[in-house]
Formats: sequence, structure tokens, C-alpha cells
Amino acid sequence: MPPPLDAIDAPPAAAPGDLTEPLIAADTWADSDVEAAGIPVRDVPFVTVGGGLGSFAMADLLRLAGLGVEQIAVLSDIRRPDETYRYLAENSQIPESERLRSDAGSVMDNIWAFPSYAMREAAGERSLAPVWQVLTEPLLAEFFTPRSGQVYRSVEREALRIGWEDMRVIGHVRMVRRRLGGGYFTVMTPPAGTAATRRVAYRSSHVHLAVGYPGLRFLADLQEYRSTYGDYQRVVNAYEPHEHVYQEAQRRPCTVLVRGSGIVASRVFQRLIDDRDQSGAQTTIIHLFRNYVDGPQGEGATFRRPGGHGFAYQAFNYPKAAWGGQLRNRLAGLEGQERADLLDQMGGTNTAPRRQWRQQLLRGEREGFYEQRVGTVTSVAPSPDGSAVVTSVTSEDGQTMELSAQFIIDSTGLEARLTDHRLMADLLEHGGAGTNPKGRLDVDPTFEVRGTRSESGRMYASGSITLGGYYAGVDSFLGLQYAALQIADDLAHLGFCRHIGPGRSIAQWWRWARNRAP
Amino acid sequence: MTPTYLGRVQTRLFLLLVVAVPWTALIVPLLPGPTGPTYRVAYAAVFCVGLFGIAWEALYHGLQQFRWDKDWPILLGLLVGINEGIAVYLALDAGFLAVGPINTTAFVIHFATVWTLLWLTANGPMRVVFIRWRFRGGRLV
Repeated sequence: MPPPLDAIDAPPAAAPGDLTEPLIAADTWADSDVEAAGIPVRDVPFVTVGGGLGSFAMADLLRLAGLGVEQIAVLSDIRRPDETYRYLAENSQIPESERLRSDAGSVMDNIWAFPSYAMREAAGERSLAPVWQVLTEPLLAEFFTPRSGQVYRSVEREALRIGWEDMRVIGHVRMVRRRLGGGYFTVMTPPAGTAATRRVAYRSSHVHLAVGYPGLRFLADLQEYRSTYGDYQRVVNAYEPHEHVYQEAQRRPCTVLVRGSGIVASRVFQRLIDDRDQSGAQTTIIHLFRNYVDGPQGEGATFRRPGGHGFAYQAFNYPKAAWGGQLRNRLAGLEGQERADLLDQMGGTNTAPRRQWRQQLLRGEREGFYEQRVGTVTSVAPSPDGSAVVTSVTSEDGQTMELSAQFIIDSTGLEARLTDHRLMADLLEHGGAGTNPKGRLDVDPTFEVRGTRSESGRMYASGSITLGGYYAGVDSFLGLQYAALQIADDLAHLGFCRHIGPGRSIAQWWRWARNRAP
Repeated sequence: MTPTYLGRVQTRLFLLLVVAVPWTALIVPLLPGPTGPTYRVAYAAVFCVGLFGIAWEALYHGLQQFRWDKDWPILLGLLVGINEGIAVYLALDAGFLAVGPINTTAFVIHFATVWTLLWLTANGPMRVVFIRWRFRGGRLV
């Protein structure tokens, strides 16, 4: 996560316009309650909380659906919509020149996916290679995936076009409460010194929540190691800054133990091996698996995911049809545990079957700098001389082994619980929201948060906080756009914005193509 | 593209109507052979692409089940034009719809251009007109 704005949320001495005990305790607020607390109220029809790519997709769609910049407030503690994404991507070893795990048609700045990222790359670089790749993917070539830099540039252009800065308000959102008479109050803490009061309340008809990951979570044994020994240098999470690991490994021969077998682990391996190849590092990699995939997964010829050598392979987080084909339909028809089970079968830990990665690991095994181990960790502790971390592992056949490494990179990509996010915890306690079979926010197929309706007001959510709902790929570019489209359609049905039919769609695309405001 | 069976059939019939029908009207006068009979053959071919397509799509959809991603790669969408073209030619040549003799060159040019246009439209412009189409597996209604 980017640096949290804790500073602006620290309680200053007796600031005016702060939350009061009665307000904090009440599930529904009357206008007079807020007024009595001295919290200034700003009226705006639609509020989106988060300000990352989820809010961006939402605001973009609503602008296409006819809302003006003055009708949308983006409440955010980041300035650019791609800021958090970029932070996580760069930590997990995807610089601007590297390709994401996202297809040509997941175009963040263009809901129509026309022209796709592949076509644009072809035009920009005057090369037919990207066109040939999408034409032959995934039969003769691997799936085309855009470079992260291309995505960032496209988002920047679209943000400018739709007037992002005019909608975005910097601050820290503390809570959303229902309003007596309909709609919601979203309470924000502006940065210190920028407002006369400690809090500002946004009164809106509808609210959209896109706050991203509730937070990072470490494997329990690694978390215990970090808190017991206060060592945050040798045991790191792939999503937090850990460049020092690669720097140290280039200075002297190191052993790095990597936990996890998903796409993040693949990226870490690529970086470590690229450094060996290009910078002369002499790193040895120990890859520790808890679950080892030794062959294709799934029953029957019609539901079998390729796998082997420890990894489950698929091009994207889910099978492609989960975003818009038969698997989307199938999942949408399931409830409860059945839905959670199908999500697990389609998702779970997996990585992309990239030839480069497979060749690197095979070469590593041959040359002895990459080795795989399987087992359950029983303890993690510093070595007696303090120069390494020793992981004690029990293998399936009951044997114990001790793996010594200078660094451990937790690449399991575990996410924190929903309640670790204060806004979410408040919503569950006071807003009427509930959780789904995956423990995330329970949303209906239109991405409305169940149980939070406030008369004619609607509260929606999208992104990773809704994983476990009726749509699998919520935590992806296309998933954010899909959610935004469902929400915009629902709002159009309520008469809040215009329906994007063929006429409006073509007209708006044409405006996009000429880089004119929606 | 990740089509469903219903999406496949709907998209095919829709594109035949809005792309293939007008295109045929435009291109036939430029094809070798007398215009009247060529029109008859060309529109019969368009009709057959729709009619046979209901069965073809079922076959493609069945094959798609063996793909983990349950997708239909862009290249396959183009290549199946070959088998479909041959089937239409053989059917018409065998007397189906009684269109009379077929000018093979005219048939090939017409069919290839129609198919390429359908394929190009499905892989781009369709998404601009129908914003939800790709999320619904190609379903229009």
C-alpha cells in the first residue's frame, strides 16, 4: 500500500467539526445531527470512495452516461488513479517495461476495448508483432499482455479527458452512514490545515466503494517471526518495498527462500534470475511449496487446468470465460458454498504459463541455483550467528529439514480480512452490510451492497472487497469495468443517469477517439 | 472472445443481416459472371451461412468445452470460414436451394470477403456499438 495518510487522521487537540459519540453510535443520521456536530456538509449526487482504478472505472462510465464532473466526488487519499496499482506492481517486480497479466481487451481507459492495447502498441511502435500475437493467441503465441507503462499512460490521458482532478477530493474516508430521508453521509478527514474543521461530510444519493485490498497479510509463521525478532529486513512481503533484497544479492552470494507459487512468485524468480544473468549475482533460490501441483487439476476433459512442476497454469487469474462467457453465466447462477467452490476451482493459486519463466526455472534446476522443497513450516528463527533465517519444515513423509536463507520473500499474496479495513468494519457494524461465502462484502449481481439501501439511495462496491460474489474477476481491469457497467446500468434504471445504448455508445466512443470531454 | 452458444448464433445472424447482406449488394456487380444469377448464388450463400451456422456453432461450442479458458481464439474464428465455405459451396453445387450453376471464382471472392468482414466486425466495431455484448458471451438480446 502507499504510505497511509495516518498523519491526517491523527487527533488534533479539540478541532471543531469532529465526530461526536452520538454520531458514532447511530446507524442513521439526520441532517440536524451532522449540523449539531458542526461538520460542514457538501452536497454531491454521487460519491465514489477510494480513488484508485475502481473509482476511475466508475467515474469514467458515469461520465459516459451523462453525469458532469460536478455531480461526482472521488474521495481519495491518492492523487492519481493508478498510484496504488503502480506501487504494488513495482514492488512485485513489474516495472513500466514489463507486461501485466491482463489481456489486450482489458483496456482501462476505454470500455469498448477498441482499439485494444495490442493495436495501440502496434501503431505506437510501428510493428506488426503485437497484431500477429493477438491474431494467433493462444494457439501459436502466448496471450498478448500490455506493458504496465502503456496502461498508466492510457489512464493518465483518460483521467485528463474526464476531468478527474475536478472530481477528486483528497482526504481519508472514515465512514459512510445512512441518512434519514434517503441517501448517505460519507465522512472524510481532509489533510491537516486544508479545512476549517476536522471532518467534512459528503451528502449524496448514492455511494460507491472501491477501496482496494483491505491490506496485506503475511503467512502466520512469517508474521510471528517479524514481530518476535523485530526483523523487517530479512523477511519481506513481495508487495512491500524489498529492493534491498535484490541489491544485497547482487553484492554478495545470497540464498533467497521464496514462499508461494502464484504469479507474484514467478515475477520474483524472474527478477532474481535476471539479476544472475545480467548483473552477475550468484543467488541461490529455494522455492518452498506447501501444496505441490504435479499435474493437471480438475476432473474430466472439459474442466482440466494444466499444471505440473509445482505450478497450476492459466493465462489469467481465472479462465477467460469467467469475465464474459459461459463461466460468467455459470457462476452468476450459483449461491453460497457452491459459488465459493467454483471460484476456488477456477482461481486459487496459479501462474501464467510463460515460456521464459519455465525455461529460467528449468535452467536453474539444471545449474543448481533453483531448488524446490515441499512441506509445512514448523518454525522460522534467526540462525545462531544472525546472518540468516532458518526455516524448519516437515515434509509430507514426516521428515524434517532446515532451510537456511539470507532472505525470505513471502509471495503468497495473502490479503487481510475485510474487517482490517476501518471503513469496511464500520460498514459491517453500522451500515447493514454483510459478508459473502469468501468473507468479503456481500454484493448482488448489480454490485449493490446488500442490506445497505437507504430509501432511494444505493450503495455499491467493486474490486477485491467483493471477491466471492457473482462475478469472479472483480479484481482485474476488466472486472472493474464490468462492475462499473452493471452499476451504471442500475443507476440508469433508477433514472439517475442516461442508459448507454448503441447511439450514446457510438457517440461517446467518437468523443474518446478525438480526445474530447465526454 | 468467450462466446456462449446463444451468443454465437445471435451474433452470426445479426452480422449476416447488417454486414453480409449490404456487402453482398455492393460486391456482386464487381464479380465475374452475369449479375442476376450471381446475386442469386451470393444471397443463397449468405442464407446458408446462417442456416448451417446453427449447427456449426453447436460443434464449435462443443470443441470449446475442451479448452480450459472456454474461449474461442480469434484465429479459429477466421479459419473456420474455410470449412464453412466448402460446406456452403458443396450444398449449393449439389442443388440445395436450386440456384443453378456456380461461378467458382465469384463464389470464393464473395465468400472470403463476407467472412473476413464478419470476422473483423466481430473483433472490434461490435464492441463500440454494443457495450455489453462482450460481457454477455456475444448475446445481443
